[in-house]
Amino acid sequence: MKQNPVFRVVAKILFAPIIMFGLYVQFHGDYSPGGGFQAGVIIAAAFILHAIVFGLESGRQIVSARVNLWMMVFGVLLYGGVGVVSMAKGGLFLDYTALTGSVATGQHIGILLVELGVGLTVTSVMLAVFHAFAGFVEDRAK
Amino acid sequence: MGSVILTNLPALLVVVPLLLAPISALFTFASLGWAIAVVGTGASLIFALLLQSLTETGVRISYHLGNWEPPWGIEFVVDSASSLTLVVMSGLGFLATLAARQLVTNEIAEKDIGKFYAAWLLVSGGLFGLVMTADAFNLFVFLEISALASVILIGMGAGTDRRALVAGYHYLVIGAVGATFYVIGVGFIYAMTGSLNMADIASRIPDASGSAAIYVGFGFMVAGILVKAAIFPVHIWLPAAYSYAPSAVSTLLASIATKAALYVLARILFTVFSGMPDVVTIALSNVIVPLAIGGVFVGTIMAIYEADIKKLFAHSSVAQIGYIALGLGLGTPASVSAAFIHIGNHALIKGGIFMAIGGFVAALGARASLDSLIGIGRRLPLTATAFLICGLSLAGLPLTAGFISKLYLVRAILETESYVILSLVLISSALSVVYLWKIMEVMWMQPVPARSPKLVENPAIYLPIWIVALGNIWFGIDASWLVSASRMAAQMLFGVSLGGGT
Repeated sequence: MKQNPVFRVVAKILFAPIIMFGLYVQFHGDYSPGGGFQAGVIIAAAFILHAIVFGLESGRQIVSARVNLWMMVFGVLLYGGVGVVSMAKGGLFLDYTALTGSVATGQHIGILLVELGVGLTVTSVMLAVFHAFAGFVEDRAK
Repeated sequence: MGSVILTNLPALLVVVPLLLAPISALFTFASLGWAIAVVGTGASLIFALLLQSLTETGVRISYHLGNWEPPWGIEFVVDSASSLTLVVMSGLGFLATLAARQLVTNEIAEKDIGKFYAAWLLVSGGLFGLVMTADAFNLFVFLEISALASVILIGMGAGTDRRALVAGYHYLVIGAVGATFYVIGVGFIYAMTGSLNMADIASRIPDASGSAAIYVGFGFMVAGILVKAAIFPVHIWLPAAYSYAPSAVSTLLASIATKAALYVLARILFTVFSGMPDVVTIALSNVIVPLAIGGVFVGTIMAIYEADIKKLFAHSSVAQIGYIALGLGLGTPASVSAAFIHIGNHALIKGGIFMAIGGFVAALGARASLDSLIGIGRRLPLTATAFLICGLSLAGLPLTAGFISKLYLVRAILETESYVILSLVLISSALSVVYLWKIMEVMWMQPVPARSPKLVENPAIYLPIWIVALGNIWFGIDASWLVSASRMAAQMLFGVSLGGGT
């Protein structure tokens, strides 16, 4: 697909807006439909589109397997970490109110961080799944 | 700090293994992964023991995740029934981790070891959550966490035997069917009662019973859990999964995985559906008891004809799960406490046996079969003696843990005056001696084959096996702790079901 100018141009034009839309879904998730899961899949779709059009190797240069693994782990730890901090501050696990002591700000910050963790992990897991399967096909083709 | 830990014990028991898992996945050094797993499972054991000491008098700890009140939020409940199961699971999980170090470096590629222990911790944390959660849907989530992680662990056996991939795939598909059945059942129950909290469902069922949807939901939920608990005839995933998994994984799964599912079965039968006792009684006597006895015989007979040692004991696990299910199926307080006693003792027995088989495999460098174990008693005396002790315990010899299990099970059956069941249990127990004798004869009576190389025993492998073997003797001589805890557990299950509870 690298040779086809239509694909190349469209992929380049769409890449940034897809991520933008992903971020919109991510950060509006606490008030409206959306959230980390959906946003993670949308953002991963942008990278997957890039890899499909410009080749797997080019995709791996943007997000290497190592960076992807760290993102995956960081997302989970961010989610769990919010829970651990809320316990350390005297609340129960994932009791966001305990984070700041006030319901309004605590719940806001808590859900934001948790959804961010979900988004990061979902993005990187989707990418890892894609590269695992695509890499398998690539090996077969050789 | 101390009070933070004490108030959050139920959450920590799940959170600590689940958060250590991704950290372990980051690194590829074998000993670091193992150290993280030891910390994770060791901490779980401490938390479980603390929970047990808090609940042994009949206290019921309710933990509201995120401080959302049940029935709206997710609730963890720890009482004497779940804390006993947690202590058994975390104790054997810890010992399996101690034994795993050498076995894993032998069988798993260096670069995968970090991820191996990540899956290991996910299985443990998922199963702890499965036992504690009081939310019917959340239970499904933990079911999936532990099942997917176990599939990874089983599949990692592919480094030594490619059949592990097929075994893992079968478990994935059959386990997914079981989990789907369960969640379909939850859907029906939610539609009829409008609640997902187990205690809340229990209190709402009397109003809704009489509706066929409740019975359908009940049937789906129980059927789904039967698959996960590997009860005959939906046990077919178990023998292959246990026998082709890496040695360390067989130990972990055999000692803790099905135990959690059996506990959940008891929870569903006696707590969630306590509002329709007539239907539950029919299910117990017409479904669970016949299937349990079928499992006992099928497992034992398959074991008699099996030559591969790991597969043999996997079949024997099906039979032993049958005994536990029989205890639950008889549905009296005495039989349910016998089931809990056997949950603990069977974990000790099978944990020890699979660890010892791991030891044989490590020393021989080949699969353990009746042929490769000829004269092993003299070639690997320490491992083989510990194996012998666990084997005798499996047969139910006095002064071993297995005897206590059989004793209380037989007593409970006598109380119900079902002599047919009693004779079937005694016949099957006698049959189990056949396959044990077959192995012991090969191991101890036959001469060491000529020109067999000298084998060395590694303390990292045989010390954990001996701890478990001595545990089998200890709980055979002084079973008072396990017996009283099991009795308390059964009372708790029935107490809640009678609408009392504390």
